[in-house]
Amino acid sequence: MALDLSLRHRRLSRSTGGDLVIFTMLAAGAAFMAMPMVYTISNAFKPLNELFIYPPQFLVRHPTMDNFNDLFVLMAKSWVPVSRYFFNSLFIVAAGTAGNVVFGSLCAYALSKHSFPGKRVFNELILLSLMFAGAVLLIPHYLTISYLGWMNTYAAIIVPAWAMTLGVFLMRNFIDAMVHDTLLEAARMDGANEFDCYWRIAMPIVKPAWLTLIILAFQSLWGNQGSLYLYAEQLKPLPYALGQIVGGGIGRAGAAAAVTVILMIVPITVFVINQSQIVQTMGTSGITGE
Amino acid sequence: MSTAAPVVTGTGVEPTFREKMADLWAQMKAHKVSYLFIAPFGILFFIFTVLPILVSFGLSFTYFNMVQPPQWVGWENYLRMFLSDDVFLIAVKNTLLFAVITGPVSYLLCFVFAWLINELKPKLRAFLTLLFYAPSISANAYLVWRFLFDGDTYGWINGQLLYWGIIDRPIQWLIDTTWMMPIVIMVTLWMSLGVSFLTFIAGLQGIDPMYYEAAAIDGVKNRWQELWFVTLPMMRPYLMFGAIIAITQSFTATQSIQALTGPTPTDWATWTIVQHMQDHATARYEMGYASAMAVLLFFAMVFMQKMVQRLLKKVG
Repeated sequence: MALDLSLRHRRLSRSTGGDLVIFTMLAAGAAFMAMPMVYTISNAFKPLNELFIYPPQFLVRHPTMDNFNDLFVLMAKSWVPVSRYFFNSLFIVAAGTAGNVVFGSLCAYALSKHSFPGKRVFNELILLSLMFAGAVLLIPHYLTISYLGWMNTYAAIIVPAWAMTLGVFLMRNFIDAMVHDTLLEAARMDGANEFDCYWRIAMPIVKPAWLTLIILAFQSLWGNQGSLYLYAEQLKPLPYALGQIVGGGIGRAGAAAAVTVILMIVPITVFVINQSQIVQTMGTSGITGE
Repeated sequence: MSTAAPVVTGTGVEPTFREKMADLWAQMKAHKVSYLFIAPFGILFFIFTVLPILVSFGLSFTYFNMVQPPQWVGWENYLRMFLSDDVFLIAVKNTLLFAVITGPVSYLLCFVFAWLINELKPKLRAFLTLLFYAPSISANAYLVWRFLFDGDTYGWINGQLLYWGIIDRPIQWLIDTTWMMPIVIMVTLWMSLGVSFLTFIAGLQGIDPMYYEAAAIDGVKNRWQELWFVTLPMMRPYLMFGAIIAITQSFTATQSIQALTGPTPTDWATWTIVQHMQDHATARYEMGYASAMAVLLFFAMVFMQKMVQRLLKKVG
C-alpha cells in the first residue's frame, strides 16, 4: 500500500494485486524499449578497441571521452563553421514547427467548431490524403518547389512543413473532444470574436494536443537533411554536416557514435520539457475543472 | 454581379441552379471568417498534397519515364500488376501479412501502455513515456537490431547462442527466409509506440477526473469496467486517430524493413508494395506504373479505414 501511494494517485476502483502486476509489466516493457538508447549512449563512450571487440559487448567497460574529442577536432576543421549548420537547423526547425502548429490549429479550429459550405469535403480530403503513400509524390513535389523558384532556399523545407496534414488531423480530434460548444457560446455572448475564441479559449484547453504536435513537427524537421532541395553548403542543416564528417569510413566509427548521441539529445530534451508541460496542464485543469 | 442577400425560395418551387449558386455564395460570404481560418493551411495543403496526389492519379493511366511526356495507356498499368508482375503479387501477400499483424498489435500496445502509464504520478509517468517512446525518438533506432541480429559471429545474439552452445554455427537471421519476416515484424512492433502512443497519453490526460469519481459512486467496481464504460467512450476521437495511424504505418512501413533485410531481400521475403513502388519510381523510372500501385494501395487503405470506423462505433 505504501508503495502504491508513493507511485500514483489513488483511485477508488483499484486493487493492490492488479497494481503490482501492472508495475511489473511496465518495468519489463520499459527495459526492453530503453535498449537502443542505452546501446547508443554506451557506444559513444567506448574506446575504439571496444567498438570492434569480439565477442561484441552491449555495454561500455572503460568509458572515455575520446570519441567526442575526435568529433570536436573534426568539426573545427569543417569548411563552413559548425555554428552556421547549427543556425540552419535551428531556423528550419523553429520556423517549420511554429508554422505547422499555428496554421494547423487555426484550420483545425474552424473545421471542428464552425459549419460552412465545403467543411465536410475538406475534412474528408485531409483524412484521405493521409492514406496516400508518399513515395510517388516526391517527383510532383520536387517539380512544384522548382516551379516556385524555391530551390536552394530555406522555404523549400519550411513552407511544405507548414502544411503537414497529420497536425491538422490531430488538432481537430482534440478540439472535437475537449472544447465544448457551450463554452464557446458563452464567450461569444460576452463579446469575444472568433479569434479570441480560438486563441484564448480553445488553445489553452488543448495544450496537450499542441505540445504533442510540437514534438512530431520538431522530430520530422530535425531529421530532415534537406539534401534534395538545399545544395549550398551554407544552408545545410546540422544532421547533414555531421553525417558528412563521420562518413569517412571505419576510422571514424567512434566519432559517428558520438554524433548519434548528439543528434539524439536535442529531440529528447525537447521531448522531456514538453512532457513535463503536459503534466502541468493536468495539474491546473483539476483546479479550474469546468 | 454579386447577389449578397440570401435567396428566399418559395414553398414548393424548386430553386434553379442559378438560385442555388447564389444561395451557396451568400452562405460562403456569411462564413468568411471560417475561410480565413482555413486559408493559410488550406492553400498550402492544396499545393503540396492535393495537387501532387491528383497528378499521381492521372499518371497512373500513363506510361511516364520522366524524360518523355506521359503517354496514355488506359488500364494497362493496373492489369500489369495482376497479370504479368509476379513480384508484385508477392509484395501484396507480404504487405497484407505484415499489416494484419503489426496494425492491430501496435494499436493495442499503444493504447494499453498509454493507459497503464497514465495512472502513475507525473514524474514517473514522464520518465516512462520517454523510455517507451525512445525507439521512435532516436530516428534510426532499428540499427541496434542490425547489430543484435548480425549474421556473422559478431552479431550479439549469434555470439551469445554460440557461447552457450545452443547453436554450433551462426544463423543468418536477416538472410534466411524463415527468420526475416518474424524479425521485421518484431522490430516494427518494438518501435511502434509513436504518434498514437503520445496522442493516447495526451487524450487520457484530458479526461476530467470528475467522470471517474462519478462512475465509482455509480457502482463501477474495477478498472476493466471503468475502462469500458468511462475511458473508452471518452477516448473515441483519439481511438479513431490512432487507428488511422496504425493503418497507414502498417501498410507503408519501408525504412525499417529495408534497413534490416537490405534493399533486395532474399526471395523477396520482406518485399512490400511500397518497396516495389519505390523501386519502380526511383530506380526504373516507371512513374506511371508506380503511381498505379500508389492508387491501388490508397483504395485498400481507405477500405480498411471504413471497416475500422464501423468497428470503433461499437466500442464502449
